[in-house]
Parts: sequence; C-alpha cells; structure tokens
Amino acid sequence: MSSEHHDESATHTYRRQNYLAGAQPLISQVARVARAQEVGVFMILAVMVLALSVFTDTFLKSDTIFNVLRAFSWIAISSFGQILVIITGGIDLSVGSVMALSGLTAAIAMNWWGAPVALGILVGLVTGAAIGLINGLLISKANLPPFIATLGLMSIARGVCSGIVGGWPVRDLPKSFIFAGQYDVPVGDWGVPLPVIFMIVLAVLMSLFLTRSVWGYRIYALGGNEQAAALSGINTGRVKILVYTLCGLLTAIGGLLMTARLGVASSDAAKGYELNVIAAAVIGGTSLSGGEGTVLGALIGAAIQQVLRTGLILSGVSAYWQEAAIGLVIILAIMMDQFRKRRR
Amino acid sequence: MEITQERQPLLEVRGVSKAFPGVQALENVDFEAYPGEVVALLGENGAGKSTLMKILSGVYHMDSGQIRLRGQPTVPRDPHHAQQLGIAIIYQEFNLTPNQSVATNIFLGREPYVPGFFGTARIVDYQRMRREAAALLAQVGARFSPDALVRDLSVAQQQMVEIAKALAVKAEIIIMDEPTSALGPEEVTVLFDIVHRLKSQGLAVIFITHRLEEVFRVADRIVVLRDGRRVGAMPISQASTEAIISLMVGRALEGHTQVDAGRLGGDIVLEVRGLTRRGVIHDVSFSLRRGEILGIAGLVGAGRTETVRAIFGADPLDAGEIYVEGRRVHITSPEAAMQAGLALVPENRQRQGLVLIQSVERNIALPSLERLSRRRFVDRKRMRQLGHTYVDRLRIRTPSLEQRVLFLSGGNQQKVVLAKWLATGPKVLILDEPTRGIDVGAKAEVHSIMRDLAERGIGIIMISSEMPEILAMSDRILVMCEGRVAGILDRAEATQERIMAYASGATLAQADGNGR
Repeated sequence: MSSEHHDESATHTYRRQNYLAGAQPLISQVARVARAQEVGVFMILAVMVLALSVFTDTFLKSDTIFNVLRAFSWIAISSFGQILVIITGGIDLSVGSVMALSGLTAAIAMNWWGAPVALGILVGLVTGAAIGLINGLLISKANLPPFIATLGLMSIARGVCSGIVGGWPVRDLPKSFIFAGQYDVPVGDWGVPLPVIFMIVLAVLMSLFLTRSVWGYRIYALGGNEQAAALSGINTGRVKILVYTLCGLLTAIGGLLMTARLGVASSDAAKGYELNVIAAAVIGGTSLSGGEGTVLGALIGAAIQQVLRTGLILSGVSAYWQEAAIGLVIILAIMMDQFRKRRR
Repeated sequence: MEITQERQPLLEVRGVSKAFPGVQALENVDFEAYPGEVVALLGENGAGKSTLMKILSGVYHMDSGQIRLRGQPTVPRDPHHAQQLGIAIIYQEFNLTPNQSVATNIFLGREPYVPGFFGTARIVDYQRMRREAAALLAQVGARFSPDALVRDLSVAQQQMVEIAKALAVKAEIIIMDEPTSALGPEEVTVLFDIVHRLKSQGLAVIFITHRLEEVFRVADRIVVLRDGRRVGAMPISQASTEAIISLMVGRALEGHTQVDAGRLGGDIVLEVRGLTRRGVIHDVSFSLRRGEILGIAGLVGAGRTETVRAIFGADPLDAGEIYVEGRRVHITSPEAAMQAGLALVPENRQRQGLVLIQSVERNIALPSLERLSRRRFVDRKRMRQLGHTYVDRLRIRTPSLEQRVLFLSGGNQQKVVLAKWLATGPKVLILDEPTRGIDVGAKAEVHSIMRDLAERGIGIIMISSEMPEILAMSDRILVMCEGRVAGILDRAEATQERIMAYASGATLAQADGNGR
C-alpha cells in the first residue's frame, strides 16, 4: 500500500538487529546479569561477610549466621511491603508503629481477652492490614501525599499503642505464640529459626507476585508513569490501596515475629524501624522516584544492615556507633547505584 | 588572511563526525550560519540534527572536525561555555522554574547584585533585574510583566521567556528545537514575528522543525541531513516541498491516496449526545461509522482533547450520553471505556502514552494484561508473541522487545502507543495529534496504518492541528470552537478556509466571501 522501499528498509533493519541480538545471547545475558540491580549490593554484602569471616573466628558459625538472619527477618519482611509502596512512587513511614501496634493488639487479644493464639495472630494481622488500608484510602481517595498520610498514621498508631496500655508492656505471652519467634526448625545439622523460614517463603511469594502477576505489572507501570497507567485502563486508586494494605499486612507479620521473639509486647517497640525498612529497600536498588525495585534487593539491603551491626559488635566497636555506620552504607550504596546507572 | 566571500559566516562547521556505540550519528558534516539569517535544519528523526545541535551547544563533543565562530576556531566544552561563546539553545522542553517570576527566570544563575556595600553581601538587585527583563521582553514583543509567575503563562509565553533568556546572555546564535510543536496557529505566527525580529537584529537563528510548511514561512536557507550526512542545502527560493521530502527520506513518498467511497457505508459504531463538562465542553454531539475517519479540527483550547478525554472516561462528564454499536454505555473510567471497545492514543506520548523506563514489550502488553494472563499471572510467552506480532505489523524499529521505549525515536514511540491499543482490539480508535513531532517518514507510516485500520472496519477519530493532515485523512471533519461543535463538514465540501472559519467562530458565508 505505502511505498515499497519503505517496507524493505524497515524489515531489513528489524531482521538484522534481531539477528544481532540472537548472535550474542551469552554475552548479552552476562551483561544483563552484571547490570542487574542486585549485583552491586550483593557484592557489598559478600565483601562484608568475607571480611568478617576472615577477621573474626565467631562469625562463620551457624549460630551467628542464623542469629543475624533472624535479627533482620522482620525488617526484611516489612521491606517486602515497603518496596511495593515505593515502586508505585509512594512511601510508608508508618511501618515501625504498625509493627508495634500489631504485636500489641495480638498480645492484648491473647492475654487480656484470652483469645486462642491463632485468633490473636489474626487480630494482629488485621490490625496491620487495616492501617495499611487507611493509608491507601487517604492517599487514593483523599489525595493526600503518601509522606503526609503515613506520617500521620505513624503518629496515630504509636499513640494508640501507648494509649491502650498506658505505656506498660504486655508480658507473659502464651508459650505457643513465643514459639513462632524462638523455635529453630531442624534442617540437617542446623536449627533454622522459624522467622527465617517465614522470610524466605514470603520473599519467594512476593517476588512471584511482583514480577509475574497482573498486579505486579500494574504496580511497576503505575510507578513508571501514573498518567500513562491510568489511561491504559488501570484503576490506579485500587492499585494504591492494594500496595498500602499489603505493606501493612506484611509489616504486621514482621511485627508479630518480632513480638514473639522478644516475648513481650511493648508500646515503644520498633521505634525508628521505618528508617531501617526504607533503608533496606533503598540500599537494595529500589528507586524512590518509582518504577524500579526488587524483593531480592530489599532482602540484601536488610541483610547488609544487620551484618554491619553484628560485624561492628564482633569487632568490638561500641554499639553507639552503629547508626552512623548504617548511614554511611546507605550513602555509599546509592552512590554506587547512580554510578552504575550513568554508565549504562 | 584568505580572501573571503562577501559574507563571513558567523558559524562555520567543517567535517564534523560523531559516533555513538553502534551508530555513526554524524559523518563529515558541514554546516554554516550567517548573521541575520534563519537556517532550517531538516531531516528525519535519527538523521543527526539533535546530535549536531548538541555538539554546538557543548552537550556532546565531536570525534573530529572543526568549528569556527566569527572565523575563530573553537570547541564548545560544555553548555555554559557554549553560552559564553554566544550560542543558546531552546529545547522543546523548557528549562524554567514555574513558581518563580519571569525576571528571576531570565537571570537565573546570573543575578545582578545590589551595588556598593551590599554588593559584598551579594544581595540580588531585583529592581535592576526587572528593568532589564522588561527591556528584553520588549525586544521579543512580549506583553506580560516581568513579575508574572512562569506557571501562569501559556506555552507560547514561556517560550518567549526562553528566548529572552537567550538574549540576556547576548547570544548571537539561537538554536530552536521544534519550537512550534506545542503552539497553536496564532502563536506560531507570533513566534515567527519574533524570529524575524531577531534576524533583523543580526542574529543567526537555527530552526529545527518537522512541519515543512513552516520552513517556507520562516527560513532563508535549508540544510538537510540524512543518516548522519549532509545531503543537501539550498536557499529557500530554490526549494520545493517535494524536493525537501525526497532529500530527507532519500526517496519519493506517494501522494495521499483518496478514500474509496465504498468504505463509508458502515453502521454507526459510536454516537455521543450532548456531552457537557461545565466550563470546558458544551453539548457536543456526533456519530462515527465503522471504517470512517472523523477528523476533529479547531484551535488550541477549543475543547478537542477535553472531548475525547471525556468520552474515554479520563475526565468526568456533567451530562451526555454515549452509545457504542447502538447500546448505551456508562463510561466512568478508562477501564470502562476499554471494555466498551474504545481506545485512546493520547496527545503527549511521553507523558501520557508510555511508561518510558519500561520495555517495548511491556508497554504493548499493558492494557491487555488481563487477556494475557492465566489465573492473574501473566503468561510471558504470550506477551512476547503479542510484542513480536505488533513490532512486525507496525514495523517498529527497535533492537529488541526488551529495549526501553525511552531509547526509541519519536515515530517508533508513537507506533508503540498505537500497538498497545491495537492489541486490545478496539472498535473505536481515538487519536489525539497522532503525528505531532514525528518525522515525515514515520508520519506517512502512521497515516497508512490508520487507513488500513479504517478499511478493517475500525471507526477512527483523529484530532489534529495540522490542516493538511486533517484534509488528507478525514472522511468528515468536525470543527470545534470554544467547547462547542461549530460545524461538521463532509470531505467534499471541506476547505482550509471553511475549517478556519468554523474554528474561529465565523460563519461559512463569511468564509466563502459572500456574507457579512
């Protein structure tokens, strides 16, 4: 119909380039892996682990390793929710308070009202999801900026925590609840802490959800360009409500595991954890401007922070210096990420 | 000194080459600009125009070649250095801070300080900025205050601010990269007045555009690039549209084919009645047949985009009814519009049409995810197949399906937007300025795709601000003026004059010259 020359040149270009792409699958795949977001931070983690194994004789013991893993598991689980939010271009500052509140409501249900453990856990999960839902509604229906909405909820949830219990912790939680945080599942010669298993299972599930499901595709599209996503028939409000609710739910799982591990639900538990959770996402390559981020990255980001803490303790550095070191790592990781992007 | 010609070029580029990985963007290119001249730099997307301009403005560095300014060899090191040399570039996307005043913007980064003791304290002399800004604005013929906030200005006025900014640094060479792409016809005329004014002040203006009719209105000379080489240059008096196009594409394009009349007997596929959005559009009614191309013409701000956005559910309606294939549909969101069989290729492909950081394949799949998935999980094989199908069918030039659309040329980006909507199998395809800012070759391809779709029975609505496009493509033309339907013209009775008459609120009789 249109001009002949045209057809020819167009198909020609396309075929030739297709052929080129086919001719170097190995090279391009290696290059793709090397460019992948997680590689840079994974290298940092590997170097840290290597250095600690060489310079301390305690780090490589399975006990230490699993303690490290357990210690960051709840941060990691919450960060799986946080990345969903950040990929859509938002942020959730309420996660620290949600961890504390969900642990507290579960504890109250079990200890004050004598609810069975399963019901207690359900109460905790519903609490987290409900706060997430409120965040989502405030952001998508009332059009509040995510920073403001979740800053408000951070304060409200924390206030509710101390309000209900008057600042007193809830102690003597049921044995079978504490079990979830403290039991080690025997795998061969090792005892793998239950929270670690939760973390790994959730990482796999969330990764599948984010990279393969229709919702995952929409989440990335929304963060990449909200207007284009909306004009492509995506109900952006619904996607936002979903990610904040999921973030609340995952954070509640983290909060329950934390409470079970500590054996006590306190109104100022997990204070400031929102920054660790956001740091995990960001160190792991999640872009604060939206559209980019992976579960694996967040997992590594959470690991790096905990390995650093443990490393500092094992090397005899005062615990007071930890936060400074973590700040430094965040800055270095982001600088590296920027450098990687510029070279691409 | 050698004996020069009667005119010494202000800018002389000799044998410039520049390669990027895998592409020779420029090969041994010559270019020159004389004082008091407007030179149009023409070529398809990817011909090397932007690369050349970016070398002149110091963004890129050439691999080899020579640049002389007023006879002196020089190399712009970076944009700041280029500015000092007197070369200013005005990009399509403006570099203005919307919440600050015009004066502040014009002197951004070069604010004058209060003299005397306060000079050491570096206190900005806003009064002087205002005075000088006012003088610069007068120089470009702008009639707004230097105190106006940039965000309150129209696109055309913001462009004036950019030009004033260039004058403020005493630029002698002003490069304008597609300056008319976001302007309406009257605003284009104002811009051309400014360009003439600059020219008469002895400046050289390098003008990049895809609209050939503008070249004849504004340029003194043209230079054509193709595939990184200079393929022709001539004074405008010796140029013709056909000659320019064949230089640009390296072949002759077919003339516009006429619509075969048999196509037009289709059933009504879309009908809208009394669409109203308070203060924006009022009582808009029309119908569209299967296989018909309905052009929507009108001035910028006439409510064309607003009408199609409302039909597509992107903006709420206050009143009105929409029927698809005779059945009343309630469209409250783009999602509902898609389900009713509508598709909208939006006005701004980068902002509204594409997720730029995502791959070609993902962009194409976005509206069709439901269909491509099983149990809410996306079947990646089917997604890939869909991508291949449309990359082949629309001849999207991309190295792979995984290429981020960010890196495609404008024409190919537009084809990706078309692809994603065709993949939904729409009954009605609405295109808002489908060929804005894309080169002649890609434009012809988009037009041929549209005709092909119409022949397959899809009803097409096309908004365009380009009169030749409206006249060549449409079976019927709906003209809007101030949010209302001013008139609907059949292809046979449509002329540029009649459309303009409707668009500007006049009557047909006035247009035909026998009224009053």
